[in-house]
Amino acid sequence: MSLIELTIITLIKIVIVLTIMLLTVSYLVYFERKISAWAQNRLGPNRVGWQGILQPFADVLKLLLKEDIVPERANKYVHAIAPMIALFVAFTTYAVIPIGPNINLFGYEIQLVVADINMGILYVLALTSLGVYAITFAGWSSGSKYSLLGGIRSSAQMISYEISMGFSIGGVLLLSESLRPIDIVNSQAGWMWNALIQPIGFITFLVSAFAETNRLPFDLPEAEPELVGGFHTEYSSMKFAAFFLAEYANMIIASALIVTLYLGGWHIPYIETLNLSPTLTTILQIGAFFVKMGALLFFFIWVRWSIPRFRYDQLMNLGWKVMFPLSLVNIVWVAGLIMIFKI
Amino acid sequence: MNKFNSLKKRKKDLTFWQKIYIPEIFKGLAITLKNMLRPKFTMEYPEEKFIPPASYRGRPVLVMEKNGDERCVACGLCSRVCPALAIEVQAGETDKEKERYPEKFEINMLRCIFCGLCEEVCPEEAILMSKDYELAFTNREDAIYGKDKLLVPVEQLLDRIEFLRKYK
Repeated sequence: MSLIELTIITLIKIVIVLTIMLLTVSYLVYFERKISAWAQNRLGPNRVGWQGILQPFADVLKLLLKEDIVPERANKYVHAIAPMIALFVAFTTYAVIPIGPNINLFGYEIQLVVADINMGILYVLALTSLGVYAITFAGWSSGSKYSLLGGIRSSAQMISYEISMGFSIGGVLLLSESLRPIDIVNSQAGWMWNALIQPIGFITFLVSAFAETNRLPFDLPEAEPELVGGFHTEYSSMKFAAFFLAEYANMIIASALIVTLYLGGWHIPYIETLNLSPTLTTILQIGAFFVKMGALLFFFIWVRWSIPRFRYDQLMNLGWKVMFPLSLVNIVWVAGLIMIFKI
Repeated sequence: MNKFNSLKKRKKDLTFWQKIYIPEIFKGLAITLKNMLRPKFTMEYPEEKFIPPASYRGRPVLVMEKNGDERCVACGLCSRVCPALAIEVQAGETDKEKERYPEKFEINMLRCIFCGLCEEVCPEEAILMSKDYELAFTNREDAIYGKDKLLVPVEQLLDRIEFLRKYK
């Protein structure tokens, strides 16, 4: 493929991915409200449009029209940059996650990734580390005690859980022998999903994903009864909307990562025995990716409304004294499996 | 105090399965999932309105008999007892058996505190607290209810009358 064709195809993929991400993020807010309502025996929003489906547009309109207040003692430039970093990190991470196998469209062989980097997982890890900056800047630049406390706590939490996340990924890499996401997915072909082969790693990565996205039970930095609002207390209007959307976009990224690394990406076990046409198989596999991602997002929302929040010392205790050793045990386990079965 | 201290569960009283916390997480998730599948308690206002029981003190109304007359004899007791001074009564003479009737009967709904003292003190069972709770005005003049807005047929107030006779 010539450079121009490659550029055009990539641009189209970028447009599609951005649109889908933005829509999914706003609808995730709607689904969170609906599912949290059902878990509490009540109906969620059901007035705007059929069953409340147009609620995200009402929310966005409201947030756009609000007044933007910046505290007097805040550092204006850092205060404005923090939500931008948060959104930037959330959206660019999606560039390396494949949603399906290679497809043949109009004679071109297209891979369903925006950027097929051969060290995609390292790119993702680097970007999540950048995401800590967003919260630190937000907490520090707001000029208020609660924001500072929230920002510091959140940064410490995110850094601590990145370690167990990295070591869990190490377990996955031992089996797939490559950092490229497509290779990782292909190494889990059939039913050999990493969640079944390395369950301890799966659990540590899942818990670390909850902690990285600041989601309950690890949401002390932004919990309302604890810190008024944590690092985003002093934000209003579009900047708050940016943080809000960035949190949900991080959730989507985390789910997509978990599906790619542990749940077999787009593979459906035993689909070859059905002998369907290649197009249908591809469509089913893309659908399977989204179904798995949707199930994980439901799990994220479900856990939020079921489990009490961890206290900060319990959180750090868990991160350093439980998750980190467990992820090391996971690496030993995977190494043991490789030695025994000589994969 | 000692009894409550011994009832408190301490960290060493937890069983092994409770200490590792993961089974407890699953129990919590199961409870939430069960709740998601149960029927919802939301009453979708304004399609479904809440009908209060008979003991509810809604806005005060004057009882209108079947032939269209009010029961009120304009004695002025409700006006005297009202703690918020919301009722104004002007008596007039009539040829009917009750000999007195209210020429002007006004309740200022912005002053009314819905206490029910006017209903308790009325000797004729002529003013009752109905079940109506939906009151919204756009200006102060609309809030002064005259006899036309206060008269309600007696068939709609039977359960309140029964409640009053039984309990008060």
